[in-house]
Amino acid sequence: MISLTVNGKRHQIDVQPEMPLLWVIRETLGLTGTKYACGMALCGACTVHLDGAPVRACVTPASAAAGKRVTTIEGLSDKGDHPVQRAWTEVDVPQCGYCQPGQIMSAAALLTSTPSPTDADIDGAMSGNICRCGTYQRIRAAIHRAAALGKGGAR
Amino acid sequence: MTTLVSRRTLLKGGLAVGAGLAVGFPVVRAARGVARAESPGVFAPNQWLRIDRDGVVTIVNSVPEMGQGSLTTTPMIIADELDVVLDQVRVEQAPANPGLYKNPVTGNQSYGGSRGVRDHLAMWRKAAAAAREMLMQAAASEWAVPVESVETEPGAVVHRPTGRRLLYGQLVDRAQALPVPQDPKLKTPDKFRYIGKHVHRRDTPEKITGRGIYGVDVRLPGMLVASIERCPVLGGKVKSFDGTAAKRVRGVKHVVQVSNGIAVVADGFWSALQGRKALQVTWDEGPTAQVSSAMIAREYEAAAKQPGQVARNDGDAERVLAAGGRVHEAVYQVPFLEHACMEPMNATAQVTPEACVIWAPTQNPGGTQATAARLTGLPPEKVTVHTTLLGGGFGRRGEVDFITDAVETAKAVGAPVKVMWTREDDITHGFYRPATYNSFRAALDANGMPAAWRTRMVGPGILIQKGRVKAGEVDPAAVEAVRNMPYDVPNLRIEWTNKDFGIPIGFWRSVGASQNGFIIESFIDELAHLAGRDPYEYRRALLGKSPRHKAVLELAATKASWGAPLPPGRGRGIAVVFSYGSYAATVAEVSVAADGAVRVHRLVAAIDPGLAVNPDQVKAQMEGGVVYALTATFYGRITIDRGRVQQSNFNDYPMSRINEMPVVDVHILDSGEAPGGLGEPGVPTVAPAVCNAIYVVTGKRIRTLPIDREELKRV
Repeated sequence: MISLTVNGKRHQIDVQPEMPLLWVIRETLGLTGTKYACGMALCGACTVHLDGAPVRACVTPASAAAGKRVTTIEGLSDKGDHPVQRAWTEVDVPQCGYCQPGQIMSAAALLTSTPSPTDADIDGAMSGNICRCGTYQRIRAAIHRAAALGKGGAR
Repeated sequence: MTTLVSRRTLLKGGLAVGAGLAVGFPVVRAARGVARAESPGVFAPNQWLRIDRDGVVTIVNSVPEMGQGSLTTTPMIIADELDVVLDQVRVEQAPANPGLYKNPVTGNQSYGGSRGVRDHLAMWRKAAAAAREMLMQAAASEWAVPVESVETEPGAVVHRPTGRRLLYGQLVDRAQALPVPQDPKLKTPDKFRYIGKHVHRRDTPEKITGRGIYGVDVRLPGMLVASIERCPVLGGKVKSFDGTAAKRVRGVKHVVQVSNGIAVVADGFWSALQGRKALQVTWDEGPTAQVSSAMIAREYEAAAKQPGQVARNDGDAERVLAAGGRVHEAVYQVPFLEHACMEPMNATAQVTPEACVIWAPTQNPGGTQATAARLTGLPPEKVTVHTTLLGGGFGRRGEVDFITDAVETAKAVGAPVKVMWTREDDITHGFYRPATYNSFRAALDANGMPAAWRTRMVGPGILIQKGRVKAGEVDPAAVEAVRNMPYDVPNLRIEWTNKDFGIPIGFWRSVGASQNGFIIESFIDELAHLAGRDPYEYRRALLGKSPRHKAVLELAATKASWGAPLPPGRGRGIAVVFSYGSYAATVAEVSVAADGAVRVHRLVAAIDPGLAVNPDQVKAQMEGGVVYALTATFYGRITIDRGRVQQSNFNDYPMSRINEMPVVDVHILDSGEAPGGLGEPGVPTVAPAVCNAIYVVTGKRIRTLPIDREELKRV
């Protein structure tokens, strides 16, 4: 049994310890917002926060998350109103949307560590997240916008 | 025996399909598909909309949402013509029912070719206008006034002379009894409330919270998850297999043979993958095992030395070319490409003797239904298809191989099954954009203008391979954007040779134009430089018979300040291509480092889509097309070794990332012409604009994609 705290809720889970956290989240807990796309930490679609830091759930064994706080896209905000989510809405970032939970989790982690990121900061933090629809220009704009929203400014 | 999961159960279970009900913009993903309301109290003049007595307006969207914004655009068009408040309408995704929801132009319920708006706009407007006219008629008869004296405002009919007003919901019963007008009066564009305006996407809330349900997210009571081991050789089949060890893996429930391989069916995807590793399969590799990329390239080259089938022949190009003078030759080659949708292929099915239900991220609900009917022996009306959100489509999801996987596996195990592909399955078992070889020969006249031009194209034909065009004919998909190239050349000959080695090929965002835009727009650029002319002015001079090409080219050039000085080391390239009903031009600003690394700084794109229904989303599609094309320009290459695809994941089949993203400026030319497509036209101009700029900077002409950085190294 592995003890996990996901989005503030504690779970006792009976899975093989090497099973990636991604499948625990998606299949055992039914939180399908976190996506599978490569299984090798190459695309970022499965990004979640482990004790606040972004990790790729597809290569993180469930056992590595034991006793830690896991935050998924479903737990990022109560009403979908995290500054990153508000900015994503204003800028109309998503197209197909499949990669966006991962993009948003990466962006939220970036803004926690770097509240006013430069373009270079954004490149550094976001280049692990692939978007095949090509929403990168809007992601960049929305992160700058979220930085402003996060400071309570620029309405 | 299992019973079919009803939609009600699904909703109660908090499941996926219909989960949008709880959110601000309800997106219900399963329509009942009424042609004409049977139920009292509902006004449903056609299959596209209905209004109930509470005034709730439901619009049915037949176009799958794959990122292009159909969940926004379709209701925009219908709500505008119906005259209702867009934010208040509900949207349902149409079921598979080609009788009701087929594309009126193609005649099938499959969506590709950027056909959402351009093929449906007129029909949707008419359907909504008919409903509005019936509501006006209902109110006029209620008030006993001439229908000419009433008008609508959002959600209501009003009679201004008397100040009377009835909400649409109040007119439902009376309107329902009226005949549907066949020739309703449409709004004039100046009356549009939504069409042509910036409307925020309706699907953003579900896509930024993780609530949106894609195919992979479907969960049903009692559902199993399967992964299929496929023959590493394309087209190969199972000879024999031993599933004993696989069945011993924790969580594995069944191991069954299906058309596309051996399905390991388990309680979850991880268990299924572990089971797959324990499988032992012997394959009958089939004839493709003899095919490799090097062999294909040799065969293409040999074929290009011989005349092909004539796709276009103006004047007498061979005679003029034989006369000599300034003759220029070049060979352009492009590789196979895989779509790499972010959501790997998948589908979920439940099959009983009486019915089949499928949940799938498909561009092809009609083909999904037909496939399931064929595999189960059920009549099509017993096959229900729920189209989920699509995590990318790009043409890949018009295929039905993943539907076959789900239906066969579910039928074999007697339980609902979700078949999920790995990324490796996806890259190695695609329907690839054809690799082609193209030789060019042109003669310039005394003024440097092309007097004769011959293009010989060699490659497989998608439509021929799929049996939609007869073998022996010229495949229209193979020669698009070449056969109809816009430049005014008096002696023009286009030939095509079908060389198909059995590699499965398919429609890849902008299809033939994706590669043919590159070859034509690069070669015309070569001729311009050979003639000592400005590449933009050279094109303009040859576009006399193609005014829309010319206009969009001029817009891109103007917005990019063509000819104005650039920082040292930077150069500009330009290209213009018509595809899928729209005209697009791009100017690229590029620099090349000493190590050969290319930086695309800025792309200025101009698009004439006839009508821009949602201009901000027009821009989004163009921005997206740019990135899709940049990946193909710099990275995309699928190679074959003994029938096996050598790439497998994003490490060896890389994608453009945010750190490489140029600034993209999109400018819309509102020509007022018939609506064109938008999903695809952003792609074809990008590679040639970038490569033409690279030539300006380095003097090196890129004739093979993806760009080989070694070629651009300065020692």
